[in-house]
Amino acid sequence: MLAAQILINALVLGCLYACIAIGFSLVWGVLNVINLIHGSFIVLGAYLAWSLYQGFHVSPWYALVIAAPLFFVLGYVIQRVILNRVITAPVLVTLTMTFGLDLILNNAMIYYFKADYRKLSLTPPMGSVSIFDVVVPIDRLVATVAALALTGVLYLILRRLRVGRAIVAVRLDRDAAVLMGVDVNSIYAIAFGLGAALAGCAGVLMALIFPISPLTSTAYLGKAFVVCVLGGLGSVSGALAGGLLLALIEGVGSAMFGPAHATTLSFALLIVFLILRPQGLLGRKGFE
Amino acid sequence: MSRSNLFLLVLIAGVAALPLFGEAYALRLGTIACMYAILALSWNVVGGLAGYPSFATAAFFGLGAYIAGVLLARGMPLAVAIPIAGIGSFLVAALLGAALLRLRGHYFAIASLSLIEVFRELVNNATDLTGGGMGLNIPLAASAGVMADATFFFYVMWGLLLATAVMVMAVSLSKLGFGLSCIRQNETAANMVGLNTTLYKSIAFGLSACFVGGAGGVYAAWVHYIDPSDVFDILYSVKPIVMALIGGLGSPLGVTIGAFVYLGLEEVVWRNYIQIHSGVLGVIIVLLLLFLPHGLMSVRVRQWWRRTKNV
Repeated sequence: MLAAQILINALVLGCLYACIAIGFSLVWGVLNVINLIHGSFIVLGAYLAWSLYQGFHVSPWYALVIAAPLFFVLGYVIQRVILNRVITAPVLVTLTMTFGLDLILNNAMIYYFKADYRKLSLTPPMGSVSIFDVVVPIDRLVATVAALALTGVLYLILRRLRVGRAIVAVRLDRDAAVLMGVDVNSIYAIAFGLGAALAGCAGVLMALIFPISPLTSTAYLGKAFVVCVLGGLGSVSGALAGGLLLALIEGVGSAMFGPAHATTLSFALLIVFLILRPQGLLGRKGFE
Repeated sequence: MSRSNLFLLVLIAGVAALPLFGEAYALRLGTIACMYAILALSWNVVGGLAGYPSFATAAFFGLGAYIAGVLLARGMPLAVAIPIAGIGSFLVAALLGAALLRLRGHYFAIASLSLIEVFRELVNNATDLTGGGMGLNIPLAASAGVMADATFFFYVMWGLLLATAVMVMAVSLSKLGFGLSCIRQNETAANMVGLNTTLYKSIAFGLSACFVGGAGGVYAAWVHYIDPSDVFDILYSVKPIVMALIGGLGSPLGVTIGAFVYLGLEEVVWRNYIQIHSGVLGVIIVLLLLFLPHGLMSVRVRQWWRRTKNV
């Protein structure tokens, strides 16, 4: 039964990890930028859900609908006004730039919300469901379904919509996309906005499960790193595979060596993967 | 010896005169200035010369701090603990470098960032040796008083800075420095003409970690208490990059001046905006990258270039 419980936990957590990482992966794949603000976007989304619930009794499900456009605009503006000016610079510059932006956003959150840990507790609580001794809290289950739905929405956008095809085109070959008449700067901004929107929605879902504090942003960012490297960049299926793999490794690792070593294990695995298989599980070779 | 290297030595010699104006605050600031300059100069070897975007400075700073801290807590003298911290960091970095430096661009940046997490978690979990999250107390050396102590650690850090500067100059004048420049410009071509790029990069990574580890060791002995989240702070990785960007990548003199300018900014911000100091640092980073991407040294060079063109 323990094995089944670990497996179920990994499945649930893996979908959430995929949801955390997918916006990060999109931005990295399309803009070629390691977006260090991503973790703070997630925390900001969690605070949005928390404030809406505490202040106006808006259920987190509606908060998702509010968060997506807000974060899209935020991301779009940040990319257009600031990031686009250094987009062609080497990785050192773009990475340091997003680090600077992250410092600003994170400090602003510490200033306004304080560094205390908060929790969005629904009244009445959702309880948990158990099937054959395998216990799953319902809020986690619902968040997982929502995370999968978000991932599916992104997949559909990239597959079906004109703008989505343009994003994929820019990711595959920037120069060819320009020759085909794609406005690359606008696609960059849209992709960054989408990444921010996904981060904001992921934050709303995280608020249901984990405590909220500006200090947790680096933990989310770390998960996004590992998931992206494990699964491969830029693809929806890669993020899902990476998320599930990470959750499984953490689950099994915690059961075998104790929870204290789960993070060490995941980052050690990240470095091993980078060296042996930098394109990830499902990634294409030579895609940097 | 080029003129800019000579200026660098004069600058460092000037810093040594600080205890003459000896307030405790000036000494503390001077010690931090030397530490920052060590970090920035060391980063410049791998980041500026070889062009690899390393974010691993904090990992080796913490590693050195913990090597020295554990040895000092076991009663080893400072004169032995610091060199061991430096050499240990060199070896660890050179070995890791042989594997990690095969990665390029974004992947190397991510890997070097992750190194900090791995080291921090390892130290966090090795409670028997390092005290884990409780931190590590380092016994006070028998001293002649607060001022004598402060002066002593200032000179230790200063000596390490001098050693770092000499190392950087030696590298840039040697075949190693030339090879690293080749790697920065075109690694594949450098490899093709028979340069052992893996060896060169590993040595560069090791050298860039060596003095950072030493500085971490001196820091540990100086503040008498370290804990994982303090010495494995990612800011120790980002600050040297910001300093190098302020001064201008690649030039040792520029990087050192950048370190001092950065420290000045940091002190002003800390004094006036303690609540939002990291946000202000973020604003500085963003403005710097937007409006002065090639650093202070580029301003001088550009004016000089204009003048010669007019002639």
